[in-house]
Amino acid sequence: MPALLEVRGLTAGYGETNVLHGLDFAVEEGGVTALLGANGAGKTTTLRALCGTIRRAGEMTLGGARIDRTATEDIVRLGVGHVPDGRGTFMELTVEENLRLGAYTRRDRAGVAADMERLFGYFPRLKERIRQQAGTLSGGEQQMLAISRALLVKPQLLLLDEPSFGLAPLIVQDIFHILRRINTEERMSILVVEQNASLALDLADHAYLLETGRIVISGTAAEIRQDETVRRSYLGY
Amino acid sequence: MTGLLHQIASGIASGAIYASVALALVMIYQATHHVNFAQGEMATLSTFVCLTLIQAGIPFWVAFVVALLLSFAFGAVVERVLMRPMMDAPVLASVGVFIGLLLIINALDGWIFGYTIKPFPSPFHSAHAMLGGYVSPHEIGATALTLLVLVLVWLFFRFTTLGLAMRAAAHNPASARLCGVRVNLMLSLGWGLAAAIGGAAGIMVAPIVFLDPNMMSGILLYAFAGALLGGIDSPLGAVIGGFAVGVLENLFGAYVVGTELKLTVALVIIVAVLVIKPAGLFGRAVHSRV
Ligand SMILES: Nc1ncnc2c1ncn2[C@@H]1O[C@H](COP(=O)(O)OP(=O)(O)O)[C@@H](O)[C@H]1O
Ligand SMILES: [Mg+2]
Repeated sequence: MPALLEVRGLTAGYGETNVLHGLDFAVEEGGVTALLGANGAGKTTTLRALCGTIRRAGEMTLGGARIDRTATEDIVRLGVGHVPDGRGTFMELTVEENLRLGAYTRRDRAGVAADMERLFGYFPRLKERIRQQAGTLSGGEQQMLAISRALLVKPQLLLLDEPSFGLAPLIVQDIFHILRRINTEERMSILVVEQNASLALDLADHAYLLETGRIVISGTAAEIRQDETVRRSYLGY
Repeated sequence: MTGLLHQIASGIASGAIYASVALALVMIYQATHHVNFAQGEMATLSTFVCLTLIQAGIPFWVAFVVALLLSFAFGAVVERVLMRPMMDAPVLASVGVFIGLLLIINALDGWIFGYTIKPFPSPFHSAHAMLGGYVSPHEIGATALTLLVLVLVWLFFRFTTLGLAMRAAAHNPASARLCGVRVNLMLSLGWGLAAAIGGAAGIMVAPIVFLDPNMMSGILLYAFAGALLGGIDSPLGAVIGGFAVGVLENLFGAYVVGTELKLTVALVIIVAVLVIKPAGLFGRAVHSRV
């Protein structure tokens, strides 16, 4: 069976310069794939290319359908939820309005309401702050809001851009624990991008290491964890 | 005393007009970070279209609605054809396009409809002045209608999903796209809505100031002063600022500077706000996002 997301020969960049030089990777249905790499390796750029917010070329399929020429708004409709770099919070809007925007493409009101309740089960703090301006939330709460917004798309695939970035270790633990539950309990397929390799490898079943826009190592999470280079440069032992 | 009440009442009446145009300016500013200097001329064009329809024998309110629908379409087309290609252009280039649009519409109005000053019918006729003669029936009707438009716009943005999507597209287009919002379409709709709001203001003010191609030029200045006073990024602030400028203009005109110098009130407000409190009364401090 082909993977849910298959990427072949992906190049992408800003203006004239290419940042990604031909990536091949995949996310299995129901699986978690991690994309590791140092700051500036091209992780965020990869997610942007997947969603079509920047210039890109190559072959990308989601559930067998080509998405490399599809507009961002339509990729969302095909079932891609994106927790972007910087969390993408609508600061001036309320928490509730942020969530409603997550469900913008959906017409099943009852389904949306049920999904919101389920998300409040994961993130009770969002329910408490539902009427608050999203800009007043803490970093951790904004990350929870971003994850909820992306899940309200009712995606087949969830893209996460450094969910641990700038957060206290305890909150990071919390969030990764919930991501694990979302993957196992709801069989949500996830592509997670992280600088924190050990964290991402705990969650993932497959991983790729990105260096200056090229994949240099790939394999199962267990294999990657044993890899000498990864251990020395990214895991620190 | 009666004189003062009269000045305040008619200040509120013109304030309603400024508030509408100020709201139109702020809506476009929020979405594009540009001030649409052609907003006034677009409203004048709407008013000419309305007058043409009325003169063709169409009932006032039908003509009003048709003119606003056409204004909406025109605003959306202007965004699509003129503004979209300018999206990433430097500020000065955009300002150039706005000024160009202003001049073109102004010349077009003169060429098609003529430069003579035309009377404009009021839908609110009544033989006698109301409220003890402080305000004319037209001023009351126009103010009520303008308030109705403002309330409808507020309800739309506050309570509908489309209104929410338009706000999201204006505040954070990148993130809105990731929610599936068609940001470009929202921009066109925003321009259309702003053009219709401005058009309603033009049609309501025309019976008072009479219609000619330059009808809105002074009004745009007052509206801009109101938008700045309220905060150029705050729709509610723009509406309150518009009313405040209307009242201030009338009071200063009557008791301080004289009606000849009323327009300077607008200029003084603009300069004062920019110097003392650039964010306006209700706006957030200006910070450029990186
Ligand atoms: N908006 C942008 N415009 C131009 N260059 C960019 C932009 N964003 C990132 N880059 C460049 O692309 C490269 C990869 O960046 P990025 O994908 O953000 O890395 P990562 O997410 O792995 O830290 C870097 O060299 C960075 O300078
Ligand atoms: Mg990044």
